[in-house]
Amino acid sequence: MTAGLRPQVVTSRFGMPESWTLRAYLQSDGYKGLRKALTMSPEEVHKATLDSSILGRGGAGFDAGRKWGMLRKAEPVYLVVNGDESEPATFKDHALIEADPHQLIEGALICAYAIHAARVFIYIRGEMALGLERVQAALNEAYEYGAVGADIFGSGFSVDIVVHPGAGAYICGDETALLESLEGKRGFPRIKPPNYPAAIGVYGAPTVVNNVETLSNLAFIMRNGSEAFHALGEGASRGTKVMALSGHVRRPGNYELVFADTTFRDLIFDPALGGGLRDDRELKFFIPGGASAPWFGPEHLDVPLANEKIAEAGSMAGSGAVTVMDVTACPVRSAWRLSRFFHRESCGQCTPCREGSGWVDKVMRRLEDGNGRESDLDLLMDICDNISPGVHWPPAQTTICPLGPSIPSSVAWGIRMFRDDFLEHVRLGHCPFPPDRLRTSLAHA
Amino acid sequence: MPDNPPTVNITVDGRPVAARAGELLIAAAERAGIYIPRFCYHPRMDPVGMCRMCLVELKGPRGYSLQPACYFPVAEGMEVLTESPAVKKAQDGVLEFLLINHPLDCPVCDKGGECPLQDQTLAYGPGETRFIEEKRHWDKPVPISPLVLIDRERCIQCARCTRFAEEVAGEAGIDFAGRGDTTEVANYPGEPYSSNFSGNVVQICPVGALLAKPYRFRARPWDLEQVETTCTMCALGCRVVAQSSADEVVRFLGVDSDPVNWGWLCDKGRFLHEALNSPRRLSEPLVRQAAGSRNGLGDGSGEGGTELVAGSWSEALSAVTASLSGASGARVGVIGGARLPNEDAYVWSKLARSVIGTNNIDAQLGDGLPAGLVAGLPRATIDEACGAALVLLAAPDLKEELPVLYLRLRHAARQGALKLVELSPVATGLTELCSKSLRYRPGEIAAVARALCSGGPVTSDVAGISQAEVEAARGLIAGAVVGGTGEAGTSAPADPVPGSKVVVVLGRPSLAESPAGVSQAALALAGLPGVAFLPALRRSNVHGAIDFGLDPGLLPGRVGLQEGKEWFEHHWGAVPSEPGLSTLAMLDRAAAGRMDVLILLGADPVSDCPDKELACRALERARFVVAIDAFETASTAYADVVLPAAIYTERHGSFTNIEGRVSWLGQKVTPPGTARPDWMIAVDIASRLGRDLGAGSIGGIWAEIRRVSSLHAGIDQEFLMSSRGRDGVVAAARATLAPAEVAPLDPMAAHGIMSAELHPMPPQAVVAMKALPVNGERLSIGGGTGARGATSESSGEAFPAPAAPRPLGLADLEAAGSTGLPAPAARPVSSASPPAGHSLRLVARRTMWDAGTLVQESPSVNGLHPQLAVSVHPDDLARLQVSPAQAANAEVATKALRLTSRKGSLVAPAVADPRVLPGTAVVPFNLPGGGAGGLVDAAADWTEVTAEVVEVTGGQ
Amino acid sequence: MPHLTEDNLERARSLVALYPDKRSALIPILHLVQEQDGYVSPEGIHDAAELLGLTPAEVRGTASFYDMFHLEPVGKYVVAVCTNIACMLAGAYELLEHIEESLGTHPGGTTDDGAFTLEDAECLALCGNAPCVTVNWRYFGDMTPERWDSLAEDLRAGRLEGEVPPHGTLCRVRRSVGLVASGGAGAPASPVTAIDVTTSRTTPAAQSTVLPEGGGGS
Ligand SMILES: Cc1cc2nc3c(=O)[nH]c(=O)nc-3n(C[C@H](O)[C@H](O)[C@H](O)COP(=O)(O)O)c2cc1C
Ligand code: SF4
Ligand code: FES
Repeated sequence: MTAGLRPQVVTSRFGMPESWTLRAYLQSDGYKGLRKALTMSPEEVHKATLDSSILGRGGAGFDAGRKWGMLRKAEPVYLVVNGDESEPATFKDHALIEADPHQLIEGALICAYAIHAARVFIYIRGEMALGLERVQAALNEAYEYGAVGADIFGSGFSVDIVVHPGAGAYICGDETALLESLEGKRGFPRIKPPNYPAAIGVYGAPTVVNNVETLSNLAFIMRNGSEAFHALGEGASRGTKVMALSGHVRRPGNYELVFADTTFRDLIFDPALGGGLRDDRELKFFIPGGASAPWFGPEHLDVPLANEKIAEAGSMAGSGAVTVMDVTACPVRSAWRLSRFFHRESCGQCTPCREGSGWVDKVMRRLEDGNGRESDLDLLMDICDNISPGVHWPPAQTTICPLGPSIPSSVAWGIRMFRDDFLEHVRLGHCPFPPDRLRTSLAHA
Repeated sequence: MPDNPPTVNITVDGRPVAARAGELLIAAAERAGIYIPRFCYHPRMDPVGMCRMCLVELKGPRGYSLQPACYFPVAEGMEVLTESPAVKKAQDGVLEFLLINHPLDCPVCDKGGECPLQDQTLAYGPGETRFIEEKRHWDKPVPISPLVLIDRERCIQCARCTRFAEEVAGEAGIDFAGRGDTTEVANYPGEPYSSNFSGNVVQICPVGALLAKPYRFRARPWDLEQVETTCTMCALGCRVVAQSSADEVVRFLGVDSDPVNWGWLCDKGRFLHEALNSPRRLSEPLVRQAAGSRNGLGDGSGEGGTELVAGSWSEALSAVTASLSGASGARVGVIGGARLPNEDAYVWSKLARSVIGTNNIDAQLGDGLPAGLVAGLPRATIDEACGAALVLLAAPDLKEELPVLYLRLRHAARQGALKLVELSPVATGLTELCSKSLRYRPGEIAAVARALCSGGPVTSDVAGISQAEVEAARGLIAGAVVGGTGEAGTSAPADPVPGSKVVVVLGRPSLAESPAGVSQAALALAGLPGVAFLPALRRSNVHGAIDFGLDPGLLPGRVGLQEGKEWFEHHWGAVPSEPGLSTLAMLDRAAAGRMDVLILLGADPVSDCPDKELACRALERARFVVAIDAFETASTAYADVVLPAAIYTERHGSFTNIEGRVSWLGQKVTPPGTARPDWMIAVDIASRLGRDLGAGSIGGIWAEIRRVSSLHAGIDQEFLMSSRGRDGVVAAARATLAPAEVAPLDPMAAHGIMSAELHPMPPQAVVAMKALPVNGERLSIGGGTGARGATSESSGEAFPAPAAPRPLGLADLEAAGSTGLPAPAARPVSSASPPAGHSLRLVARRTMWDAGTLVQESPSVNGLHPQLAVSVHPDDLARLQVSPAQAANAEVATKALRLTSRKGSLVAPAVADPRVLPGTAVVPFNLPGGGAGGLVDAAADWTEVTAEVVEVTGGQ
Repeated sequence: MPHLTEDNLERARSLVALYPDKRSALIPILHLVQEQDGYVSPEGIHDAAELLGLTPAEVRGTASFYDMFHLEPVGKYVVAVCTNIACMLAGAYELLEHIEESLGTHPGGTTDDGAFTLEDAECLALCGNAPCVTVNWRYFGDMTPERWDSLAEDLRAGRLEGEVPPHGTLCRVRRSVGLVASGGAGAPASPVTAIDVTTSRTTPAAQSTVLPEGGGGS
């Protein structure tokens, strides 16, 4: 068996017929974790979460139990589930939401119980229409079943859950922007300090924001105990991680792997996982943790899939999105496309991000078009430096949220790793990679 | 603004800085003289930390990092670097980013030359651009309102304007739209950003993105001359800078006066400079002649009627003095004076009393409150009101009448510490922020006030307000009296009135109710422990007029006629003992043919007196009418002589606001033609009557005022003219005032003002001032209360016998008599249900834009007034035989109502408004095309109107 | 007169009731407006403003921040083609070019017959099935030019009505219970018009991106 594939903590119901229904859920240990939790005190549930040392799966990798412990002592307290997944090449929450909405609801209830939440809001990316339908349908079932609402399973604990749709803005994945959005406003991230959600969250109340995958782990932890969870992985990275693999691999998809059991090489080449590169081409580079992550080359293939190992190697695990490029991929075009993403998704508050992202996009586009100059590389590096001084990893931040400092990653590491490819564009006056001409649609970029 | 002493020690660039707890780093550094560049930060609004221009290095557990100074409150031991290489690079970077998409059209931009973006680029920015891509494009200036345009290419997305609209003014008519680098500031398409405060967004815009239509392309900053002065458009006394080009005032900018306007202005105060430059300004005297006689066309028989024709000053003044010398003092009346600066008010009081021999002198036109009441009630300052636990609003809609007071109270209420309770027959701009808003039946406010203050149980409805509501309001007041703290809020006064936890803002909630009810209400409320009052009289320097003796019952210094007679006889030679008449009484007399001379001192009773019909009859029947004004008005049409006056910005002097705050009026331009200050006209009239008023200059007049008015004895005119006197001095029996803290003006809050000339003394004033005893640095009023003036060293001389009278106090009010309080309501106040049939009680409310002369003479604003309409409750409309379906529908406006009162009638479109109290009809007071003014029965407690539906075709 | 239908107005009110602060219902209500009108209409903006005590400028300002809200009328089908990194690597730009040609319009444009509005989207979170496209937010993964042609034909022919609801329809499952935990009435929140999501035929991400056969097993 391929290393890291067992046990399945959050994807165990994937592929099960109608896995999203209460019937299927109850047939596979559904709501047992919640029932167990309700026999414990909220403090004990919190303790178990701390003991499991589960890190947040939304990107920042903050210890969930510790986060709950940081809540300002005030009432009411809210739990907000971050299901806004929009990070390029990240598609694991989408799958968890559609395939196993009850698992998410159960996890949210366990958390709500532990933190004495007055209400739970599940914020789901608006574009995920089916996901919204599945979660709302599951929630309706769960209410009827007595798992949500007043006096849950006769325990005396009551809490309501509200499903809240987003409306299309990547920045609302940032927890403070998400809270603004939940309050019916433009998704402007809030300044931290002082607006840490645990202190000043939604409606000014102390709030826990956790990612869908993070919460989806809780039923397992409750059912099997924190030791069982903690036994998986090593160091700070415990349990499993759903890796979203995309790009030039034979078998793109979500793979749930035990932390630290496998390496990027396994993920990309194992026949049970990525299955190697398409057409057996050579690997050129890969992005280990989403659009903001510095790029890795073939020399990083043996880095283990564990948050701190990836950080040591100079990038980040992020939300677990790995995108693979073979030798036919143009690094300039890839970097441009990611710059364009940040340009389109910048909320517009901070000058360096609002203006810098557009500038980088335009210069990168010119380079990809073959209209660049050699001096553009220095210019780009200096623009990046003005957005995130030093252009190092982890990045320095001069903006309100981390989107700004994410802009330089692809551009700067692209230039650092593939300077020759950049210069080749300048020399040739067009892109040296197939297809070598810009598609008409790019004119509308 | 927090006024707490500096207690937090931080280090900025290696220098120890003492900061105030809770203060933002950017502000603390600035007070210490370290300027951190910024764009989005505004000291009077919540920080947003968006522009990132204020990045400084802040030492944290992991070393220094760049953080926005505008968002970080100081903390003990904080270490900050504002000039490090990292900071410089960040500033360069931000400026470069801001400029890449900026059109750089400075040569054709109004802001060019006074633009923070331009200035900071020069000071901190990179030399040349590295941006060769195509810039962002937007349609060039598009209007967002009739007064404001936006050029989005210049916008730097700092959110100052959107924050002002939403946070400060409470009118989110503009907001950000779009996202990222296509974020724009936008109104809703087709719905203009209509606000009484829209000009502020132009002033606080750090680039030339928001443009004021009246100023656009009018001048370049380097052509402008400027003077700091006080706005006289209402009685709040906002500090402004008047800027002129080629001897014309082209712009007003708000100055950040901490106790008053915080840099804000209303659009009326900001944009009425157009009227000052109107071609219809009176520039020479007019004298009534037989029609055609002057140009020789007439036959001189007068049969063709008469007309006002231009004449010389000597001719005009001769006519005036001729009319006066033949008249007995009792048959002469002086109406108006609220437009006059303090000094002019004083001289006119002296002229009327000691030369003409009458106490018939009243600056209020029947639309105010008894001056004795205003003068005698314990007075609060604006800061004290904002810092109180509870403010009781028994006043008109402040958003329309004292607009910046609305902003201040709104801010205090939004901070959460101040509670508002409102007594008003109609909703106002502050209603939504009120903890309780009591809609009493017009005319019955006194009953409500008594119910709120009495200890006994409430057993029934009061003036149409349910028992429960009254009890709830009483609970709020009781809670404030017990639990309140004078220090609540952010603007705790330096010296709070001991126990002043409740402040009453007192004015006329509706002009169709007699002032008697409000007066009775005030006396009842005065019984609350520690209560203080902030009068909400709106007309210009009406408080100066009251404090300097333009009132039948008051002599200068808030002194009662009887109490002060001896003292002022000593100083003035004579003061008649016969009590004077109020404006309404004078008009009544005149209408009965018993007035020989009426002098309209900048007054237009035909437009402004609540009883318009009476005013017309009176002016018609008066034997001789003199009008001193800047424009021909509805009233000057009745005048025999019209004298042109120099007004605001054309002459200097001082002003008194609702708090009693005396501040300086600067001169910037020359008056048109031979128009001159009112005090000079008084001096001339006196001298033609063979008397010397002893007034030769503003400085000389002030010196005399300091001698005779104990209220003003400690106020040093030179101080008022200095930058330290920017905030003025409160003349009050109880307040002790230190000189204003001289905080540097925030150039980003009021850019363009930095270089304001603060010493606008015309040469003759300087000479006059030199003759004054000057007190060096002794600027504050000594402690103590009423008798303070008598011992004041600052006046430089002891008061000669007789003893100086003391200003009125609450005790005097209770004794009534000399205070001119009207008698209690003549007819018993009915507590019955609303009038039956089609009879409604009239509510007359003022709107900021109205038919006022200055508004009409300012082309940019004279169409901004609301359409004349009668608002009634849908049930009442239904009763008036409109079908309920129609009544629920605002389209009913195609129907019109005819309202008829004892005084007149009015036809106007009807609007069904569920927020209007059933049984009332709400009508704007004075709009082009008419208003409630023609209906009001000033003699009655309230005005009853009968309403009937009339069909109209084609609008009205 | 409100522009929202009585049913939708009722739904909007029950949405408001779900939140401690009514402004929170703004985005759900705008979705409701878009469901009724196919776009965020001026009348809908005014209704939302009225319901929530906001100005139309604020409602429009907020709506315009979000990509899903169309402030101008759009085609019957809004086709979003993801061109972000994973899809780009799988030929999204070539696919987009094909779709542009087949529809005769560019991103941001609407076909002359009003059938399609084309959009060039950021990552839609179906990267395991790149390139992917959504039609009225119903997902279609592993898209090829050929599959697009037949999909477009099916759409034009109305063969996918059940699967691809009209533009603006987001969640067809309504909440069936109000707030109960804090002692609320617990009455049905609004008429339950639950569609059977179990039979929904659009490519569920979970199914297609689940561990491929063998991948998750043994
Ligand atoms: C620009 C930006 C986008 C983000 N997007 C997401 C997202 O889509 N989903 C998510 O769970 N977290 C996202 N995050 C991280 C959240 O801010 C937050 O850390 C996370 O929701 C916390 O949950 P966790 O502790 O369970 O991981 C984003 C952060 C930033 C700065
Ligand atoms: S860094 Fe960018 S996305 Fe983040 S708050 Fe600032 S402008 Fe918005
Ligand atoms: S971010 Fe501080 S002034 Fe703009």
